[in-house]
Amino acid sequence: MERAAIQSIETPAGIPTGKLGMWVFLVSEIMFFTGLIGSYIVLRLGSAGWPRPGETLNTGLLAVNTLVLITSSLTMVLALNAAQQGRQVSLRRFLLVTALLGLTFLGIKGYDYAHMWHRGFTIASSLFGSCYYLLTGFHALHVFSGVIVILVLFKASASPALSQMTVGRVEYSGLYWHFIDIVWVILFAILCLV
Amino acid sequence: MFKYLFSTNHKVIALQYLFTGIFWLAFGGILVLLIRWQLAYPWQPIPLIGKFLFPESGGAVTPEAYPMLFTMHGGIMVFFAITPILLGALGNYTIPLEVGARDMAFPRLNMLSYWLLFLGSILMIVSFFVPGGAAGSGWTIYAPLSSSTEVSPGLGQDLFILGLALDAVSILMGGINYITTIIQLRAPGLTLRRLPLTQWGLFFSAILNTLWLPIVAAALFMVLCDRRLGTAFFVAGPLAPREGGQVLLYQHLFWGFGHPEVYILIFPVWGLVGDLLSVFSRKPAFGYKATVLSMLTITILSGIVWGHHMFTSGMNPLVGKAFVFLTISISVPTAIFFFNWLATLRRGSIRLTVPMLFALGVVFVFAVGGLTGLFLALRTFDVYVHGTYFVVGHFHYTLAASVLFGAFAFIYFWFPKMFGRQMNERMGRWHFGLSFVSLNMVFSVMMFVGLHGHMRRIADATAYEFLKPIQPLNVFLGWAVLGMVASQLLFFYNFFRSLRGGTPAPANPWEAGSLVWTVSSPPPWHNYETPPVVTCGPHEYSVPRLKGKDWLAQTDVRAATLGKS
Amino acid sequence: MLTSWFPPDVSTTGFWVDRLFFIALSLTGAAFLLVAGILVWCLLRYRERPGHQASYTHGDSPLARWLTIGFAVFIFFAIDLNLAFHDHKAWGRTWGSPPDPKEALRIQIMPEQFAWNIRYAGPDGVFRTADDVTTLNQLYVPVHRPVIVQLSSKDVIHSFFLPNLRIKMDAVPGLVTSLYFQATKPGTYDIACAEHCGFGHYRMRGLLTVEPEEEFETWLKAQAKEGPPDLSWGWDWNV
Repeated sequence: MERAAIQSIETPAGIPTGKLGMWVFLVSEIMFFTGLIGSYIVLRLGSAGWPRPGETLNTGLLAVNTLVLITSSLTMVLALNAAQQGRQVSLRRFLLVTALLGLTFLGIKGYDYAHMWHRGFTIASSLFGSCYYLLTGFHALHVFSGVIVILVLFKASASPALSQMTVGRVEYSGLYWHFIDIVWVILFAILCLV
Repeated sequence: MFKYLFSTNHKVIALQYLFTGIFWLAFGGILVLLIRWQLAYPWQPIPLIGKFLFPESGGAVTPEAYPMLFTMHGGIMVFFAITPILLGALGNYTIPLEVGARDMAFPRLNMLSYWLLFLGSILMIVSFFVPGGAAGSGWTIYAPLSSSTEVSPGLGQDLFILGLALDAVSILMGGINYITTIIQLRAPGLTLRRLPLTQWGLFFSAILNTLWLPIVAAALFMVLCDRRLGTAFFVAGPLAPREGGQVLLYQHLFWGFGHPEVYILIFPVWGLVGDLLSVFSRKPAFGYKATVLSMLTITILSGIVWGHHMFTSGMNPLVGKAFVFLTISISVPTAIFFFNWLATLRRGSIRLTVPMLFALGVVFVFAVGGLTGLFLALRTFDVYVHGTYFVVGHFHYTLAASVLFGAFAFIYFWFPKMFGRQMNERMGRWHFGLSFVSLNMVFSVMMFVGLHGHMRRIADATAYEFLKPIQPLNVFLGWAVLGMVASQLLFFYNFFRSLRGGTPAPANPWEAGSLVWTVSSPPPWHNYETPPVVTCGPHEYSVPRLKGKDWLAQTDVRAATLGKS
Repeated sequence: MLTSWFPPDVSTTGFWVDRLFFIALSLTGAAFLLVAGILVWCLLRYRERPGHQASYTHGDSPLARWLTIGFAVFIFFAIDLNLAFHDHKAWGRTWGSPPDPKEALRIQIMPEQFAWNIRYAGPDGVFRTADDVTTLNQLYVPVHRPVIVQLSSKDVIHSFFLPNLRIKMDAVPGLVTSLYFQATKPGTYDIACAEHCGFGHYRMRGLLTVEPEEEFETWLKAQAKEGPPDLSWGWDWNV
């Protein structure tokens, strides 16, 4: 299991290779959302009449979604905990719940999109609309990818012996999942609350 | 066959990158011939291939086609030729070998990264054949020319952006591997202080890519949204569908990446030159720490100077002043590179092999390129030459000359290791000589032409009275460029012929000290049976009190007793 | 036949641009000759030959370090700060000294694909009124009088370039940029577009005609007689 050997050794940086790789990836993701969010800020500050978010967006629904995602981060932490303690059944349960919560988030988002689109708030109806769908759309894509990753982990964790590699993977995927959670909290704040 | 095609072995992947890059280098070179023909003889039918390329106009370039030529030339050279050769091939091939690892940290990710580049390449090729033709907004894809389908309706623009996006993801994946492998997989004893400069260059390149590529990715997705989803992020004024966004925001995002990009491309070359000057002067690289620190300084500075691409956009003068000062400060770490290179040569014992010729060539042409950058940092002067051939001459000196020479230095130096064969030395010298002379002729004249106010990206200078006197120079450039491109045939012939017909190469034809030269040419499938134990740096040449040969390999056990670090 | 580095300069400020170039050329030229000279000298003096041994040094001795630092400091002061100072001076003499808008001739230019729409305010001094004069690609200015040009693009980004006056400013859709100049010699000069704007970018040429004041006034009055101005574009002059 050479791959496992390589990816879980601790070396000069003091952290496992897989974790370092995930962090490098997350840096690029942070910069991607920085580009998008920065653009939003610039566009909003430079725009004369920006609609009040409360009037256009379904803030209540989005707040529920925020809760859903935060809860899913919690279950992800619990999943990692279970993995580190070798409790395979708990691990799988928490992974599944996390994935389901992610899908719930996406479902609510889909409903929210359809509803607003129908009411005339589309990606092309205003600059605010363009920004809103761009930011939350890319975020949703990341949530979707995250759900896929978790489901793959769910399948991988079915093997009888919880390998060192699976524990590592749960941790690194957890990092990614927490990241998209944090991005959502920021988006929620700057799109809906400010 | 599938085992090789989708191999996760870094050496196979590197060669895939290399051949892809060489293909696009040739393609981009042909585009240049078309561009310079048009400029030399506006609207005249192109000899030989004209009627095949432009049948409707009797074989001449058309006003609609000309922007496609320079757009694709730029995009292809930067993203599909240079990046695959100097980052994809050089990085993938050398990093695991030079750090003493059996492969990259994430081999399957590595394999994926190549195939994303391949897919991007397909999109670029397809973009020539879709209705509306290839992209025509310049490789810089400025909005609103690029983001409004009213002025740029063709699918080519969309495919160009998608092709770049795939390439960007490919590069980011590569970056994850490069950074992680260099930090984590170094063999015992290979401290960062003992890492070859080439790998340091690749390391900083990868860091810059990780930070700044996502910014341009965001911008390009927004351009796509403007084009196809009815948004107006980068469209304003009468062209906007409704209340518009901010046109200049695109430029900030693009150059926020674009400026670090030029350092991304040159860092591996700077590193490689440092190593090569050392090998072929039989002398340690002078000021190793200062060189690495300079790379770090430039890595940081490169992120805060982007405004010098936008001096004519009407920015706040105080902001402009800051950009002048920051831009010009980059000359300090750059000067340290030159100091160290020249100090390495001094008191050395210089061997003028073909890789060394190209490394020396880099020092020369980068001196010109870097110094002409100083002119452009001075905004009062930049305002005059912005958008002229002075800028084109500057960045071709730093890219088409320096980076290209770096790519050749890489290939000539590493060819024996990669393919187990030697390239023909005599042909290599001719290639260097002809390239060096023709490159300098072309790009120095080009800068002079730009000083006279000759704008860039125009299909016909004779449309302007003030440019008519220098049209003869455009004719000169046409033929000089033909000579320059023709000289490259020597390289292509040498390269492909030596793949099978070159004399077999020993493990260490150059008497070089770094780890890779301790294994066979080509290396074993998994590089090292057991991790090598490193005892000294990669530049231990002309070590005193050494009997027999004049250098120490990085694994030489005598290093400890001879007191070298 | 070309006899000079630049096209003729007919502006009051172009001198500073050309001068800055030659200062930079002297400094960078000296640096280049130094580097190239040392390079060639090393290749000759230190080429590999029998009996010649390279010296073994990593360049990390205290002397080498101080030399490196000293060199860096020298570059910073002799070249960087020096050039930045000269640029600062040149900027102040050119873009940093705008004329009084009340005394200058004010012109609005809206470039489009692929022509320059030019507007004069006319006798009432207000833009977008019936007495405006609009032309296509014809920019007439009186000699020895400051001119302020405001720019805004109708479609994509263009760049208003006057090579013989050494100035340039982008015309961006959605905002108004400006530049100013003062011509010193009557004659006709090219206006060029310096930002790629589409397939007609190469032929986006305008004509700048510099005339003595009276001839300019005569021309302006004659334009007014030609017919009503194009009022579909234009903006309130700001500052």
